[in-house]
Amino acid sequence: MATADSNHEAHWQRTKGLTITVLVIWFIFAFVVHWFAPQLNEFSILGFPLGFYMAGQGSLFAFVVIIFWFARAQNRIDEEFGVAEDADDDE
Amino acid sequence: MKGDFIQNLGKIYGLYTGGFLLFIILMAILEQAGVSPDTIGYLFVGFTIGIYALIGVLSRTMATDQYYVAGRQVPALYNGMATAADWMSGASFVAMAGGIYFGGYGYMAFLVGWTGGYVLVASLMAPYLRKFGCYTVPDFIGTRYGGNFARLCAVIVLVVASFTYVTAQINATGTVAARALQIPFGVGVWFGLAGILVCSMLGGMRAVTWTQVAQYIVLIIAYVVPVVWMSNKSGFGLIPQLSYGDAVQRVQELEALHQVGVLKPTETFAGLSALVNPINAPGETFMDKWKFATLVLCMMCGTASLPHVLMRYFTTPSVRAARISVGWSILFIFFLYFTAPALATFTKLSLLDPNLATGIIGKSITEVNALEWIQKWAAVDFLQVSDSNGDGILQINELFMRSGIVVLATPEIAGLPYVISGLVAAGGMAAAMSTADGLLLAIANALSHDLYYKIIDPQAETKTRLIVARILLLGVGAAGAFVASLKLTSILGAVAWAFDFACSGLFFPLVLGIWWKRANRQGAIAGMIGGFVSGSAYLYYVHFAGGEPWMGIDHLRFGIIGMPVSLIAMIVVSLMTEEPDEETQAMVDAVRTPRGGTVLASNH
Repeated sequence: MATADSNHEAHWQRTKGLTITVLVIWFIFAFVVHWFAPQLNEFSILGFPLGFYMAGQGSLFAFVVIIFWFARAQNRIDEEFGVAEDADDDE
Repeated sequence: MKGDFIQNLGKIYGLYTGGFLLFIILMAILEQAGVSPDTIGYLFVGFTIGIYALIGVLSRTMATDQYYVAGRQVPALYNGMATAADWMSGASFVAMAGGIYFGGYGYMAFLVGWTGGYVLVASLMAPYLRKFGCYTVPDFIGTRYGGNFARLCAVIVLVVASFTYVTAQINATGTVAARALQIPFGVGVWFGLAGILVCSMLGGMRAVTWTQVAQYIVLIIAYVVPVVWMSNKSGFGLIPQLSYGDAVQRVQELEALHQVGVLKPTETFAGLSALVNPINAPGETFMDKWKFATLVLCMMCGTASLPHVLMRYFTTPSVRAARISVGWSILFIFFLYFTAPALATFTKLSLLDPNLATGIIGKSITEVNALEWIQKWAAVDFLQVSDSNGDGILQINELFMRSGIVVLATPEIAGLPYVISGLVAAGGMAAAMSTADGLLLAIANALSHDLYYKIIDPQAETKTRLIVARILLLGVGAAGAFVASLKLTSILGAVAWAFDFACSGLFFPLVLGIWWKRANRQGAIAGMIGGFVSGSAYLYYVHFAGGEPWMGIDHLRFGIIGMPVSLIAMIVVSLMTEEPDEETQAMVDAVRTPRGGTVLASNH
């Protein structure tokens, strides 16, 4: 039982670590980038002023990527600790 | 037959999409053959609602897990589509591009907030709630914290938040139905409700899921096709979302030329506004940045606590599927949201650029008043041209429009055939109906499962429960349509409020229920009541009592008041009272581990 508990604890520590990483990246794209929009507008990307681009498209795209990355990374953690669901659970 | 259906989803929805495209082509041919625009609008709305109704009837069920969570067998990708339709409301479809057109950079806080919220859904909420195995959001609160009072508080917050939102959606279905079918708004509202109920009454979550997938396909085609067409016509290619950067820079020059923001309107017309916000002028002051960030935060935390969104992830076959499904959801939402600013930019360009045939600013008033689309939209109060300074020339502060016009009139402004307008009407209808379906179901399920079955009559039989659920659905829908017919608030005000109500009352009780074992019943109750009451009181103060906003926190952002109150109340009260018992702590551990059965039995 002790090993099951410690395995559970280790899994949860790794899960927390991943979640914190995700939230830090999220915070940057949700708040930090837009805070500096006037400065970013000095630069341009694909013909867009960068500050406008980040609010209209860049951050949105970053969120899509973060979530897919998070789902994969969390699956790997679950598998490593043997707590993932069986493959046929998805059907 | 059911297993067959799930296995053949790709084929079925592929055929459906092909059929819909054929239908559009058929309508285009009919238009060429001289069929009147009215008839085409009729056919578009009638045909699509007919299909949804058919899916709704075919998905009827008398099993509780089918009715509440679609049997938990919706594949991640399709759940993503259904969530996207559930999520993107009439406001997203009709008002988003117009909001960016009028609000400029500041309005794009909604784009960031309504997408970034899904990062919170994926990392903090959805997989854990799926593992829990609840039917509704209050079901989680009631079981995790224990006791009927906590459950009841969650039901109340859910009902208030979702009901504010659903009236706006029924309002939108009414508006679209009234325009497409040429019936009075009051009748349109009830007609829209009938369409919504046909999709959800017989099959609950199962029926709503499969109609929402169908509605997503219609709404995304209807949103993207006109923009691509318009972009291609004006030389920006077939992927306008990547190529409108030059248009943004051109619009910035034109806005300077026409003195946008310098010339203020000197007259007012109810519901209409003149353009005063440049497309790309992020504020330099602390207050501007703070207002952007606070709006983003409220919309994000609201997204992660709105029950009609969270309950979609209860329907996936596994925890793993729930996570990846959030990814699909936001990808499908992204397709519309990154198109909206492109549409707003093209519309600005077409109206402002004197070198384009469509440019009207700087032309003579008589010339502008002679345009067909101006006359048509002025006749229905969507637009007003007024020569305020009497010089006979249309200035930027003399053109007044309703924000919905940017999406609805785009096909006409750009001179596209009427079939495209019919398509847009069908898309707006799909967007509003799918969101209304999800919201009505969230409310009615909370009332039937949590209030009736868990609190009032735990001995009720399955059959009775499902009949009660349907009667409540009908009742809530009728109440929503009644309020909508009174036209109390503008669409957007009400939509933002729903997010603020939800994040004030539910965000921390949900998050801490998973992430903090020490959180207990007393704390959760204090968090729900404290956040919800303080947020609502602030809304009353700032919006109805005419109070001065504190720190720029206006009625769109009252979650900024509610959330910290909720967090502090919950932590302080939890720490002052006993820690949760062993059983509850074991429950939290089980929720954190994907493997193993759900915490609640499948037919609870």
